[in-house]
Amino acid sequence: MSQLDYLAPASAEDAAKALAAGGDTARPLSGGTDLLVQLRAGRLKPGLIVDLKKIPGAIGIREEAGGFVIGAATSGAALGEHAPLVRAWPGVVEATNLIGSTQIQGRASMAGNICNASPAADSVPALVAARATCVVVGPTGRRTVPVEEIPVGPGRTSLAPGEFVLEIRLPPRGFHAADAYLRSIPRTEMDIAVVGVAVNLTLGVDGVITDARIALGAVGPTVIVAREAAAVLVGTRAEDDVLARLDEAARAVCRPISDKRGTAEFRTKITGVLARRVATIAYARAKERI
Amino acid sequence: MKQHVTATVNGDPVEFLSDPGMTLLDALRDELGLTGSKEGCGSGDCGACSVVVDGRLVCSCLMLAAEAEGHRIETIEGMAEGSVLHPLQRKFIEHAALQCGFCTPGLLVAAKALLDSNPDPSETEVRYWLAGNLCRCTGYDKVIRAVMDAGAEMRQARVA
Repeated sequence: MSQLDYLAPASAEDAAKALAAGGDTARPLSGGTDLLVQLRAGRLKPGLIVDLKKIPGAIGIREEAGGFVIGAATSGAALGEHAPLVRAWPGVVEATNLIGSTQIQGRASMAGNICNASPAADSVPALVAARATCVVVGPTGRRTVPVEEIPVGPGRTSLAPGEFVLEIRLPPRGFHAADAYLRSIPRTEMDIAVVGVAVNLTLGVDGVITDARIALGAVGPTVIVAREAAAVLVGTRAEDDVLARLDEAARAVCRPISDKRGTAEFRTKITGVLARRVATIAYARAKERI
Repeated sequence: MKQHVTATVNGDPVEFLSDPGMTLLDALRDELGLTGSKEGCGSGDCGACSVVVDGRLVCSCLMLAAEAEGHRIETIEGMAEGSVLHPLQRKFIEHAALQCGFCTPGLLVAAKALLDSNPDPSETEVRYWLAGNLCRCTGYDKVIRAVMDAGAEMRQARVA
């Protein structure tokens, strides 16, 4: 790790300028749980690291206009300790808290999980199901981008040179709404998703689903929004026959690869199973709120 | 360019010069001579380098030394009070919760972070909390028993 510079600018604008000036070899740093691993493995040879954590708002969670604004460098552990966030978005928090060990949770951020652009990222399906957006800062200003538009392929993002994610915004939460996330791994902890499924539901006072959004992880190069599967749930109470159709609709949009973690066939089957289970959990959570 | 870093380590103010790519673990070991924290994997998988930064358990191999500027760091060296071992350290010895000892500093720091935030954890909670601390000798059972026992003793001491 030689010929490397480290900057910790005190404003988002200075960070964007530094990243733009650093060109291809500049990297933003939040928790560092991906960046430092890549650096130390020699997969990445950055000339400049721009630490975002001195930027006001880069760490922390605030409620704004009924939604939540989460600083890019906020750790998974901090999310899990924020009771109002856990109550409003249990699926987003449980997905993020699945990443790595206690030690990793002490540093790892959702923004890093999004920008690392792994197809198996755990927080990303949950954020996509939640209709979360990113505030992206760059040399020419700020823009707001849906989370699903940031990763464009394994390890690749749509961010332009000099751009970085400053914060993640979760929309206002309606009544009788809840989300959930499950992933499949061959053991109970410390692994990478073979499949991940997030479901976000809103119910009417009668318990009928009025809105559903489903996102699938690790079954395509980027997160897949399963619109047809979500449509199966709307107008129902997630009864058994509905769940069977949900299973089928979720499997239909999978485009997984076969690798050491699982074959395409296995991943597809598990996607259907998880879709049923996650929808059941999200439904039960939402129903408790009626 | 080298960075001048000032931080607090185990309650003492420290300062050192850091190469921009230097990790906190390297700074602790090579600049400050605190060699209790170990490098097992260097990729955040094994937990042998566990330290507490501003009350938060982290892998010091996945943090740049420059990031420590202005922060409060606790390492294994700060755990005993002089020659008096922390209850966790004593229970690790009593339960023979170590063999080669390489993972032990990280396990102790991680276990202390758990008991500081949750004085009465269930066995399941201990196992999940310590899932990021790998030990290739003990098979973990003795470690878990030592942590549970230390927690019980510390709760007792608090009541007394």
